[in-house]
Amino acid sequence: MAQTQETVVLHGHIIDSLILAKVLDTILMMGGTFDLTDVKIGATREEPSHARIVVRAASGRLLAEILEAIQPHGASVERESDCPLEPAPADGLFPENFYATTHLPTQVRLQGRWIEVEAMEMDVGIRVDRGGTAARTVPMGDVKRGDLIVTGREGIRVLPLQRPKERDVFSFMEAQVSSERPHGHIIADIARRMRALRDDREAGREGSKVLLAGGPAIIHAGGREALAWLIESGFIHVLFCGNALAAHDMEAHLFGTSLGFRLSAGRAVPHGHEHHLRTINRIRAIGSIEKAVRTGVITEGIMAACVRRGVRVVLAGSIRDDGPLPDVITDSMAAQAAMRAALPGVSLALLVASTLHAVATGNLLPATVPTVCVDVNPAVPTKLADRGSFQAVGLVMDAASFLRELARELGWKA
Amino acid sequence: MSRLLVCAPDYFRIDYEINPWMRLSNAVVPERARAQWHGLMRLLEAKIGALLERMEPVPGLPDMVFTANAGVAVGRRAVPSRFRHPERQREESYFEAWFRDHGYEVTTLDKDLYFEGAGDLLGLPDAWFGGYRQRSDIRAYGRLSEIFGREIIPVELVNSHFYHLDTCFCPLSGGELLYYPPAFDRYAQAAIAERIGEARRLVVPESEALRFACNAVCVAKQVVLPEGCPETIKRLEARGYTTHPLPLDEFMKAGGSAKCLTLALE
Repeated sequence: MAQTQETVVLHGHIIDSLILAKVLDTILMMGGTFDLTDVKIGATREEPSHARIVVRAASGRLLAEILEAIQPHGASVERESDCPLEPAPADGLFPENFYATTHLPTQVRLQGRWIEVEAMEMDVGIRVDRGGTAARTVPMGDVKRGDLIVTGREGIRVLPLQRPKERDVFSFMEAQVSSERPHGHIIADIARRMRALRDDREAGREGSKVLLAGGPAIIHAGGREALAWLIESGFIHVLFCGNALAAHDMEAHLFGTSLGFRLSAGRAVPHGHEHHLRTINRIRAIGSIEKAVRTGVITEGIMAACVRRGVRVVLAGSIRDDGPLPDVITDSMAAQAAMRAALPGVSLALLVASTLHAVATGNLLPATVPTVCVDVNPAVPTKLADRGSFQAVGLVMDAASFLRELARELGWKA
Repeated sequence: MSRLLVCAPDYFRIDYEINPWMRLSNAVVPERARAQWHGLMRLLEAKIGALLERMEPVPGLPDMVFTANAGVAVGRRAVPSRFRHPERQREESYFEAWFRDHGYEVTTLDKDLYFEGAGDLLGLPDAWFGGYRQRSDIRAYGRLSEIFGREIIPVELVNSHFYHLDTCFCPLSGGELLYYPPAFDRYAQAAIAERIGEARRLVVPESEALRFACNAVCVAKQVVLPEGCPETIKRLEARGYTTHPLPLDEFMKAGGSAKCLTLALE
């Protein structure tokens, strides 16, 4: 994904002489790209102008060729320095001037070499190992006193995303959210990716996981069967949700209701409001969801499919939870850490009908992971799109309709 | 009164090959070279009315005769050259010493910042132009622009036969430009055309460009140029210039002509 790049500077009477134009033309003609990051035009004819150009190429070799070609026209490589490091003053505390990350691929310069930052995530810091040979993101709460933390802005490169090779809805490289657009072709593109990822996974290839973060509206709206089928069929490998989705999924199995509404008839049933509490209580008595599935108490639905298919489930709790279910992580920082730990290998994220889980997941994902956000409320996909990810697609639609259509694209017969 | 720095061709010969004109086998005929040089000096002093500053030639430095490459001098300030080829780098200290001995405030460039003096840096009233790629390094012009407080438009030279700007570009006293466009890349051609209107551009035909018609000395309305350039002469005379063609072919053996043999001291 990441290209190689180098920053060059041009100085002098570079505008009227067309030297700047010549350098930029040369970069493009040779197959590179550039960003003009800084241009200062002389205020008078005598005053020189100044340009700072980030040159990018698909390979180190091409980059070297481009630099060699533009060097005679005065483009000289900007002097670079290592990124400054400072020790963390205390546990859970960054140095004052810490570098705050974006979700884009990032490199730091250590001992004269550019090192890729591992586990890219926005709004965290970067910790460098003692030997100065590796760098990894670190959340504020996890930092230990004395950890070497990247500070300032020198010696840090944030690389823009490359246009994906696949020519599908994600390759438009723009975060689109619209309730007016037809959904069919977008869902077909998502299905195509999921089929390819499942093939990769079956072939044992790394980085082929699909993540779904979802809210209980999936159950209420009637998307339960479709999602369970997607999981059973091996299309989803990581599930992030809260207490409610799991509770209502199992309530549906035990009582045939979701939050007390008969799923088949759509009517409230007498004492139905107790069903999810009785479900939670039953699972608490058993000890875990997995045990409830393994002992035959829960035999179908989303949770049963997850247990059978070995899907990694992270249940993150919230203030309004009932119970909660025994698997729910109620310490929100611990839940965040569990979600983070489940992300390596994820290559597609579906964020369906849950504002909080969608935003939390979006914040943890690097920009390189294509993301689909589905919600009836346009504010949710818009919020996700505002993260500035180029590979986020927003769909304003009902969760059940989305999951059913997606499952049908993938061969679900219902 | 125009002051010109010159250096007699006492040691002028072809000792090396650093441009496509030079051939070790094409030896200089010393008497002819001396006669041609003195012919040029007589003309400059008697007819043109220039004041000649003569510097001592140095044995073993055959190209010192080309004083255009001594550096550039404006007012009391001088920047001596930094030659690209080691063969000519030995001239640097003599040119620098001359400027210092004659009261110039000398600013030197970094050792690896190649700049070959008025051979590559020429001024028009609107702007100075600096030739690069063949000999001078484009980076030198950023520094020279600071030193002299002038705009310098770098122009790329793309033909090794026209290895210095003064072999293909000659500003005239009336604001016109005598030049040979194919010696420049298309960006430089466009930059020149942008600054100097079509009416002021006098294009030299290829055959005469290759005789170094552009390597001319222009003082007031007088132009001294190598002989054998009738089209160029026609164009110059149509603009009211008096032309003085001279035989200078001994110096063409080294890739130089009238202009290369002089340095204007403004």
